[in-house]
Amino acid sequence: MTGRFTTIRDPRSFQSAILIALLAYGAAMLDFEIRPAVALAIGVSALGWQFGFAKLWGLSRFDPRSAVISALSLCLLLRTTSLTTALLAAFLAIGSKFVLRHRGKHWFNPTAFGLAGVLLLRDDAWVSAGQWGTAPWLALALVGMGSLIVRRAERSDVTWAFLGSYLALLLTRSWWLGDPLAVPLHALQSGALLIFAFFMISDPRTTPDSRVGRITFGCLVAATALFARYWLYQTNGLIWSLVICSLLIPSIDRVFPGRRYRWRSASQTTAHGGNVDEAQADLGALLPGLRPTS
Amino acid sequence: MKRKLIWALYFLVFALRADGADAFCGFYVAKADTKIFNRASQVVLVRDEDRTVLTMANDFQGDLREFAMVVPVPTFIEREQIHVGDKAIIDHLDAYTAPRLVEYFDEDPCAPRPVFAFQSRMAAGSIAESRRASALGVTIEASYTVGEYDILILSAEQSGGLETWLKENGYRIPEGASEVLGSYIKQQMRFFVARVNLDEQSKLGFSYLRPLQVAYESPRFTLPIRLGTVNANGPQELFVYALTRKGRVETTNYRTVKLPTGMDVPTYVKTEFGDFYRAMFDTQTRREDGPVVFVEYAWDMNWCDPCAADPLSEQELRELGVFWLGEASPAKQIAPRPPGAARDVFVTRLHVRYDAERFPDDLVFQQTGDRSNFQGRYVLRHPWRGESSCEQAEAYRRGLPARLEREAQTLASLTDWDIEQIRKKLDLEQPPEESKQWWERLWKD
Repeated sequence: MTGRFTTIRDPRSFQSAILIALLAYGAAMLDFEIRPAVALAIGVSALGWQFGFAKLWGLSRFDPRSAVISALSLCLLLRTTSLTTALLAAFLAIGSKFVLRHRGKHWFNPTAFGLAGVLLLRDDAWVSAGQWGTAPWLALALVGMGSLIVRRAERSDVTWAFLGSYLALLLTRSWWLGDPLAVPLHALQSGALLIFAFFMISDPRTTPDSRVGRITFGCLVAATALFARYWLYQTNGLIWSLVICSLLIPSIDRVFPGRRYRWRSASQTTAHGGNVDEAQADLGALLPGLRPTS
Repeated sequence: MKRKLIWALYFLVFALRADGADAFCGFYVAKADTKIFNRASQVVLVRDEDRTVLTMANDFQGDLREFAMVVPVPTFIEREQIHVGDKAIIDHLDAYTAPRLVEYFDEDPCAPRPVFAFQSRMAAGSIAESRRASALGVTIEASYTVGEYDILILSAEQSGGLETWLKENGYRIPEGASEVLGSYIKQQMRFFVARVNLDEQSKLGFSYLRPLQVAYESPRFTLPIRLGTVNANGPQELFVYALTRKGRVETTNYRTVKLPTGMDVPTYVKTEFGDFYRAMFDTQTRREDGPVVFVEYAWDMNWCDPCAADPLSEQELRELGVFWLGEASPAKQIAPRPPGAARDVFVTRLHVRYDAERFPDDLVFQQTGDRSNFQGRYVLRHPWRGESSCEQAEAYRRGLPARLEREAQTLASLTDWDIEQIRKKLDLEQPPEESKQWWERLWKD
């Protein structure tokens, strides 16, 4: 009974449901061009590599949940016409969390790494940040849903630090330029920004361990993203910023040490036939983990 | 003192006017290109990596002494980076990318044979001046005469000085422009200021202003539209033709949406396609929940199907600034080629109706890897009116009113035109039984 309860309460199921809802909304209402073959390729590749790496790393059980989340996130963000690109993105996302590790923690947010990889390596990959539009109600819905997850994950600090500093910097820039308020508000009303804030940067397994570290990290990502956007004129400033700033996390953890985030469901899973290593390796959830209350 | 009307970036005022008709494949349908929109402007953006060639077409009809254009540009512009283009090429590009009608004729149901399709088109200073400038913090970085234009490249330290300088030099600056100018100054933008040199204009003998082209290298892939919203003369139409190597272009700070396409509409639309297109665009813009940029055409420049006009020749493309194409001999004309032929140019036609309220910020673009083709295409199906009688013919005749009603409803939904008026034009006084809801057929009262 407890096992089933754990599964239902598993944060990743909830996260998957939200991502599916966003995908459906995007495809139906916002003309997202999600090609079925590409989505399928991402899904199959992500699950396949999760399975493959789990075997290779000698994990006793294959747990698809975090791979499903990575796959859904890639479907949501990555646009491509090429199956090769889709397969590569999923490989990079899943591979990164097994291979690119530092002190037992994976270095990059898998989705951000997969995206950055194909944006760099392939000509036919892009992210349609503008497709979310600025419809305020959508923004509100996303804030509501996102904050719910983040609060329950007790890691909302990184999101708020990011959003707060992003807002402050954007307003400062506008004030300095003498722009009307409508200009920074337009930039803030972006659905893509909120999705990034609530669903990407807040990944508990990649953020710094201490609160001070996470706040520093959130501010750093915001500043780098705005620098990339307004000084370097990079389209995908948020993604580049997250990947680049992630390289600094070990240093941030050294300066501001803290308690390592543990997926509490690990002990529960173990109690029901799972394996601690597997639970620890299965860190790839894009979204922050909810802690099932025991 | 001369008073010049500032045409803050690309804002051409087109009078609504009837266009000449031309035939295509023996069938005249309609022509309604960008000129059917009031206050429309056309911009061609050629972009690859950090290189941009910007062509601004204007169709200014007033007193040429009143014409002036101020365009924020991200870099200093040398004389060789400016060129005066050929309006005919932009008209060709407009025709090639315009939404189009396709006509089909139903065959005799009693004697089925392959559908024969006809395509139709909707084609569719002085030292003193310099001193005064520097006293105001304005630097005249360069001054050129190119074709019929006198061009200044200005940089400024603050918007107040620039505004004063422009006013002192006879430019009429709209209220509110100062803060926008200030924002561009702080973003390290220069100002490309063009006005007509009447002597050169009369020597050249053109009766219209030719498009101005500027080539520059900058990571910025944007179109500064903010100055154009200052005038507040209501929303403005902008057509952007993006020519790239990789694929479709979209905006990253506004939604890019494809125009509804592929619908069957009543055949009478043939004679009023311009009205249809405008009404449809009005309706779609109104229905969108926020600011959107519409894609009207996205296609590999090598071919078209159906063709509203032939693809542009290599020479025309180079004139527009497609710098990556090899040197072409002037006589070489590229005929329409089948898919797969290698000429690395992809065209995206974007259409945006903007105002300050909905579009507070400049348009920021990105190239995507999407090379899939899209066109605004509307289908006319001419009913078969033959005399044959067979079972299929009877079934065809029975089904026809329902089909016409569906076409009427599609038209009404696309354009918000009154369905009753459409039915009248189609001689569909009452919707046919088949197309009624089941409850409408249940109770006849």
